[in-house]
Amino acid sequence: MMAEVNEIAVRVHGLSKSFGSVRAVRDIDLAVAQGEIFGLVGPDGAGKTTIMRMLAAVLRPDAGEILVDGVDVVAEAERAKLHLSYMPQRFGLYEDLTIAENIFFYGALFGVPRGERIARSQELLEAAGLLPFRRRLAGQLSGGMKQKLGLICALIHTPRVLLLDEPTTGVDPVSRRDFWAILYNLREGGVTIVLSTAYMDEAERCSRLALLHGGEIRHCDTPQHLKAAMPGALLAIASAHPRDVREAVSGKPGVLGALLMGDRVHVRVDDAERRIPELRAAIADQGIADAVITPAEPGIEDVFVALLGEEKPHEP
Amino acid sequence: MNIQRLLAMAYKETLQIWRDPRSLAVALLMPLMQMGLLGYGVSLDIKHVPLCVYDQENSQASRAVVDDFTASNWFTISHTIASEAGIRRAMDRGECAAAVVIPVDFSRTLAATGSAPVQAIFDATDVNTTNIAMGYAQGVVAQTNATIAARWAASHGVQPSLVGRVDFEPSVWFNETLESRNFIIPGVVAVILALVGAQLTSLTISREWERGTMEQLISTPVTPLEVMFGKLIPYFAIGLLDAAFCLAVAVFWFHVPFRGSIGILFVTTALFDLVVLGIGYLISVRIRNQLGASQVALLLTMLPTTLLSGYTFPIDQMPAAIQVLTYAVYSRYYVTILRTIFLKGGGLTDLWTPVLGLVAYAAIIIWLAARAFRKHL
Ligand SMILES: Nc1ncnc2c1ncn2[C@@H]1O[C@H](COP(=O)(O)OP(=O)(O)OP(=O)(O)O)[C@@H](O)[C@H]1O
Ligand SMILES: [Mg+2]
Repeated sequence: MMAEVNEIAVRVHGLSKSFGSVRAVRDIDLAVAQGEIFGLVGPDGAGKTTIMRMLAAVLRPDAGEILVDGVDVVAEAERAKLHLSYMPQRFGLYEDLTIAENIFFYGALFGVPRGERIARSQELLEAAGLLPFRRRLAGQLSGGMKQKLGLICALIHTPRVLLLDEPTTGVDPVSRRDFWAILYNLREGGVTIVLSTAYMDEAERCSRLALLHGGEIRHCDTPQHLKAAMPGALLAIASAHPRDVREAVSGKPGVLGALLMGDRVHVRVDDAERRIPELRAAIADQGIADAVITPAEPGIEDVFVALLGEEKPHEP
Repeated sequence: MNIQRLLAMAYKETLQIWRDPRSLAVALLMPLMQMGLLGYGVSLDIKHVPLCVYDQENSQASRAVVDDFTASNWFTISHTIASEAGIRRAMDRGECAAAVVIPVDFSRTLAATGSAPVQAIFDATDVNTTNIAMGYAQGVVAQTNATIAARWAASHGVQPSLVGRVDFEPSVWFNETLESRNFIIPGVVAVILALVGAQLTSLTISREWERGTMEQLISTPVTPLEVMFGKLIPYFAIGLLDAAFCLAVAVFWFHVPFRGSIGILFVTTALFDLVVLGIGYLISVRIRNQLGASQVALLLTMLPTTLLSGYTFPIDQMPAAIQVLTYAVYSRYYVTILRTIFLKGGGLTDLWTPVLGLVAYAAIIIWLAARAFRKHL
């Protein structure tokens, strides 16, 4: 079957879920095209995991519809599970089983024939660089290796839709790059990926992003469009004393937000032309002499903060 | 049910048991410990039990009874005394483990009624020795009876079985509720199965919740029935192995007589195994932490099995209300079956009520267990 390029792989309509008085997910709509890498981003408690669980058919929604690969997830949960793979936020494999045993187990549960399981696990282990460790207990793996193992177990049955809840949290940058190489490869093969992430550089790699807050989707677009939609202009102030700089500019007229980014401060202002001299003066007043102000391209983190208000995802 | 998934589940569970020292210890050491505890302090080869004789009559007939005791090799006369207080003193000092008291009118009663009582007293501080000594004494008295009956019959020209008995009246000192060992040991199999089966399975689902592996497991197409049967297969096998071990120890080590059919024993043991596993599994599904699950399992299996199954406390001696309650205790049926198979050798015709009870119990529990597990958070 040839997949149409714009076929919708995941469609969500009016999805809601409450835990007692906590409205974790509020009436959300989503449509993810086949072959997309779709990102869910939002602060802690925004509802990312709750959405993922409902998509994976392990949590029942209070209301709403979910279609995954054309299958109604709410009505036909078990049939939907044949089409998708889910990697939970918390490592969900057996730590007292080896890499190979975990892969075999999940392969069997998804009905992959024995011979195919062997060939495919070999291939996946090789791609992930885990082949030499296949007899090691999962509990003795590093964080990055564990996540790759989780991905392999999720891929052993060639799913059409892959759901990954913060798959690279706690993983070193090199392993994260490997991880993403695998994801890009999958997308080439037509697999649709929905993932949540706390890393802004990862968010930037997604084809589209949903910015979640308080269980609602506040914005949903490509990273480029989201950046373009950011109100105001961004200035980067480099200094040896970034905290003092932030202190100096915060609350000044026309300043919409100030965010620490390593040794720089990203300041969002209503009008760059007009505010640069004012800020320069304000910083000098505080006795900081080395500050250099330049206009900057917004990163997704800046957009995130600007669009979601004052919630800062990575406040140090 | 898909065989590949079922076997994968069973294999995975087996690996986990194999790598979990605690589960292994319960599976392998529990039966050993329990059987050991029971046999603790037992010297199986008892001969020459020191016997204190208080022959109040000292007639030909009474001396014949005493001679039968000494001739058996099981008893050696350590004291011949002339007062009841002497028995007490000898036992307190540990100089004798048993005593026979022959009443002053022994031969007269025997001649007049054809039957006369002999009192036997046992120091039951060591239950096991006492059990054995009591059995020996019974043997001796049976021997005496046969002789007396034969003699009486010869002199009166009647059937030997109708006349002449020395009534054996054992009384147990220091441990009044003594039970025969043969009576208890078969029931131990029930206790061990209940303990091992329910303890191990009570952890199987709660472990998945506790370790965070459940979310991933239920995201696969595996069905609740495959999860249940897949998980129970290894525990079922362990249960049967443990039962076989205990039964072998009972027969070959403790020399409990085995008179019944191995086939019925196997089938009923498998049924009982299913019941306790099902209970453990139900608990495991309901209680999502391992400690809580294992505590509840202990409460729901060990407690009724040791107290209400008739394993140590005879059911017919319980208050009426409690007696009714024991019908709800699955181990009651199995203990009855075990005891009958071992000691009486009954076939299915004698056992159909407890077997039916067990079948019904197993069916209900497995039905409940199959419905209990839900594949969502
Ligand atoms: N099982 C549950 N019981 C009660 N409340 C829950 C449950 N699961 C989630 N919540 C609540 O629902 C809200 C959304 O939680 P969720 O786990 O979906 O957030 P998240 O975006 O994944 O956060 P994080 O980045 O920390 O993983 C939170 O307020 C959380 O406390
Ligand atoms: Mg989460």
